[in-house]
Amino acid sequence: MVRLTIDNKKIKVEEGTTLLETAQKLNIEIPTLCHHQALKPYGACRVCLVEVIKGSRLGLVASCTYPAEEGLVARTETERVKRARRLSIELLLARCPTSEKVREVALELGVKKVRFKEEKEECILCGLCVRVCEEAIAKSAISFINRGADREVTTPFKIGSLACIGCGACVYLCPTGAIKIEDVRKCRRLDFWNTKLELKKCKVCGKHFVPLVELDYLKDRIKSFEEMELPEEALEVCPKCRKRILSEKAGEFIFGEKYP
Amino acid sequence: MRLRCPSDLVKARKLIRSRYDPKKTCVTVCCGTGCLASGARDVAETFRKEIDRRGLRPRVNLRITGCHGFCERGPLVVIYPKRIFYQRVKVLDVDEILSQTILKRKIIERLLYVDPMTGKKIVYENEVPFYKKQRRLIFGNNGRIDPTKISYYIALDGYTALAKVLYKMSPQQVIAEIKRSGLRGRGGAGFPTGQKWELCRNANSRLKYIICNADEGDPGAFMDRSLLEGNPHSVLEGMIIGAYAMGAEEGYIYVRNEYPLAIKHLTIALKEAQEWGLLGKNILGSNFSFRIRINRGAGAFVCGEESALIASLEGRIGEPRPRPPFPAQEGLWGKPTNINNVKTWANIPLIINKGARWYSKIGTKTSKGTMVFSLVGKINNTGLVEIPMGISLRKMIYEIGGGIPNGKKFKAVQTGGPSGGCIPARLIDLPVDYEKLTRAGSMMGSGGMVVMDEDTCMVNVARYFLSFTRDESCGKCTPCREGIKQMYEILDNITKGKGKESDLGLLKELAQIVKDSSLCGLGQTAPNPVLTTLRYFPEEYLAHIKDKRCPAHVCQDLIRYSLIVEKCIGCQICNKACPTGAISGEKKEPQRIDQKKCIRCGACYEACKFEAIRVE
Amino acid sequence: MRKIDRIIKRHKKKGALVPLLQDVMAEYGYLPQRTIERISQELDIPLSQVYSLATFYKSFSLTPRGKYLISVCLGTACHVRGAPRIVEKLERDLGIRAGETTKDSKFTLETVNCLGACALGPLVVIDGKYFGRINLSRLDEVLKDYLK
Repeated sequence: MVRLTIDNKKIKVEEGTTLLETAQKLNIEIPTLCHHQALKPYGACRVCLVEVIKGSRLGLVASCTYPAEEGLVARTETERVKRARRLSIELLLARCPTSEKVREVALELGVKKVRFKEEKEECILCGLCVRVCEEAIAKSAISFINRGADREVTTPFKIGSLACIGCGACVYLCPTGAIKIEDVRKCRRLDFWNTKLELKKCKVCGKHFVPLVELDYLKDRIKSFEEMELPEEALEVCPKCRKRILSEKAGEFIFGEKYP
Repeated sequence: MRLRCPSDLVKARKLIRSRYDPKKTCVTVCCGTGCLASGARDVAETFRKEIDRRGLRPRVNLRITGCHGFCERGPLVVIYPKRIFYQRVKVLDVDEILSQTILKRKIIERLLYVDPMTGKKIVYENEVPFYKKQRRLIFGNNGRIDPTKISYYIALDGYTALAKVLYKMSPQQVIAEIKRSGLRGRGGAGFPTGQKWELCRNANSRLKYIICNADEGDPGAFMDRSLLEGNPHSVLEGMIIGAYAMGAEEGYIYVRNEYPLAIKHLTIALKEAQEWGLLGKNILGSNFSFRIRINRGAGAFVCGEESALIASLEGRIGEPRPRPPFPAQEGLWGKPTNINNVKTWANIPLIINKGARWYSKIGTKTSKGTMVFSLVGKINNTGLVEIPMGISLRKMIYEIGGGIPNGKKFKAVQTGGPSGGCIPARLIDLPVDYEKLTRAGSMMGSGGMVVMDEDTCMVNVARYFLSFTRDESCGKCTPCREGIKQMYEILDNITKGKGKESDLGLLKELAQIVKDSSLCGLGQTAPNPVLTTLRYFPEEYLAHIKDKRCPAHVCQDLIRYSLIVEKCIGCQICNKACPTGAISGEKKEPQRIDQKKCIRCGACYEACKFEAIRVE
Repeated sequence: MRKIDRIIKRHKKKGALVPLLQDVMAEYGYLPQRTIERISQELDIPLSQVYSLATFYKSFSLTPRGKYLISVCLGTACHVRGAPRIVEKLERDLGIRAGETTKDSKFTLETVNCLGACALGPLVVIDGKYFGRINLSRLDEVLKDYLK
């Protein structure tokens, strides 16, 4: 356990806890754009900066990556912190002027106007999509390419991905809504990734609902259907039908066979 | 030959020296990259052929060496034992050198160096002011060694320090000695080397790595390359000593792919050191084993940053990661790792041989030893300069560098590459050490020193560095990627005459915060060129913004070329040089420049032999 | 055995991706898509990661280079001595931007950060041959030999 102070509040946390997690325990709010608790800390957006004082060291660090250390004193509300956070969000707003999420965080930090040249990007390069695809889904269908001002996220050779299973985890985590997912008839489209995937029909209602590749992935990943007391075909039934069937089963279980 | 104990080394040295007659004539040809680019390879080959053809082998040795440092005057030929110094030697001069200087002991006046300050011709290498004012502790042997043969290094007391360390010192004693010497990292930030070693030594792990950072990325800096090309064993010896002190069994040299000759010489040096028992298993018969691998960089400035370098070695993109953990705790493949610059490693044998006390007497209170600078740009004597820390810029630029060419006025000197800043002429008496440079808003960096004269536009220079860091940033964190891009936009507008006065405040705010909030050293220092030019040359920014004028006549949108009618004789050279047909007129009549067609490429200005074209 | 498989075999044990791609560059002059796909397969590294690496480092190219590679040094020393105007002239004369290859695949123009031959700046290297202290008119003379 290490003891530290954030905004004059003392706390004891386990070694390896980040400053962001520590602050959350103290109900101190720190804005973030590239952080997600299920993924490894990354430290890219710089909106979560805090000021730390340790010995003679005084500096800004990303709270999402900086570990709690014994005797550390951190501040989240100093002028220096505010200035730095405001600039980073203003820069992101200049990059993505139409993003609601960026605008919302900007407003929270008191940034109303952009003084820089505006672009029309939708992606802030937080890397949540890249990381979730690698760390959680283990597919690595997408990656950062190029560097510096030319950095972007995309699929290999910017063509339809063979690794993407269309699970939509990237869509779910994307803070700006840049990645869109859409089922059009027999096809799942992820235009941001230049990818189209064929969908499988629901065994019950006949609606196309899951990419064939995702189905294979799930079957592969769920190692033992028996242990889960789940028939393998369960995956081939769309969520809507599955829900209906399950609720019917539950009804039968509770109210007897005459249900409903 | 495999050396099995320190006395083997002593014996080998005696043997090598006994075979070498110091009085025998030896022609050394500098074949560093600078001289090679000037044609040194052909000069050396011609010497070889001519010496053979004339049957001079028994009387004359030929030695191909690494960089002597005085690249401006290359190809360089130095004739031992007297060290007669010939410069800008061509293939056609070889015959004369052999027949006159070697056989008849006659000096060829035409090939001598003329001191631009005094106009005097100088015969001997050690009397050339460029060398005389230096203290060449690290680079001194470059001109005396054939880097492809280990015997030369051993003859000059090479690997003595290693033998001493292995048999007479404990790892702790080595670290204590390095700490006492006051040596600081020569790669940029200047972290105390001994302290860094201690952190790695104390890290709890059986496996540890050490890395030599030879990814010299600063444009205008090439001393690491010269050292690796010219004296690779001095770097290897430093690394082996470091590995012993820290308890590492494996090391890497991460070297720029653009340096093929350095890679070649390193490869040879590694092989030879291994054959001689100075690398590999049971070095010099001790219990200590260590091996080194070479990795070629793939072209990314950011890989000079330690964590990015490690990522690159691991086969990933060179993206820095936040610290802690520091590389000394978790580095390459997650193991404790120590990274030092080429020159830092080369200092180690010196400190061990001569002692920390001796070493710490050189330099200033906080910056010990010598520093190697590459003195380039608008300077007469372009080359590598090694001086004790604390020497003034004036001494560097005028006494060693020979001043500014073409009688132009000295304006500024840029140190530390894209991470450094521009120091103005009025600070010319600034002593050069880590703290003084930092206080002036610049930094030591790895030792680049670019001299600028009145024809250099400081706004343009700031823009140049930002275009560099904009492309070289890895792009991970917001302030560095977006901030540098926006600073570049503002500067670009200013150089095009589209700047506003409020831009200056915005630029400064951006620069300060990008410096304060970026993830790694690249972003934290990239604003320095902007901040220093804003600080020292505000009037130049204002001239661009308010008067729409570039005082140095560099920014193309703010200048115009016109003809001085009285001087034009109508030779029409400018007319032919102009790529857009903007110049017209009759032969033998003054020409005209059509401003609408002119793209301000400067071709006419350069072509005119009568100074009839004016730029304003 | 195919060339690419030989290169892969050389590096497979260590799995060192950067040196592997360097060798592919040396063999083919660029990184053909099929080689990247092959490497990903053989080394069991996601294609996206190999692609990411290939686009991050400057010494890798995904497009074939021309017969002659013209590199203009844009290091600081060359810059203050007027290298940008040399680049502009080459772009004008060849009709391409830096980083591109002419339509007839004869020339690739690139800028490099520093070749360390600052004494010779501005410096242009064509196919490994150094042309130092270059200016606009000397550049014309030098180019003449290659434009033939």
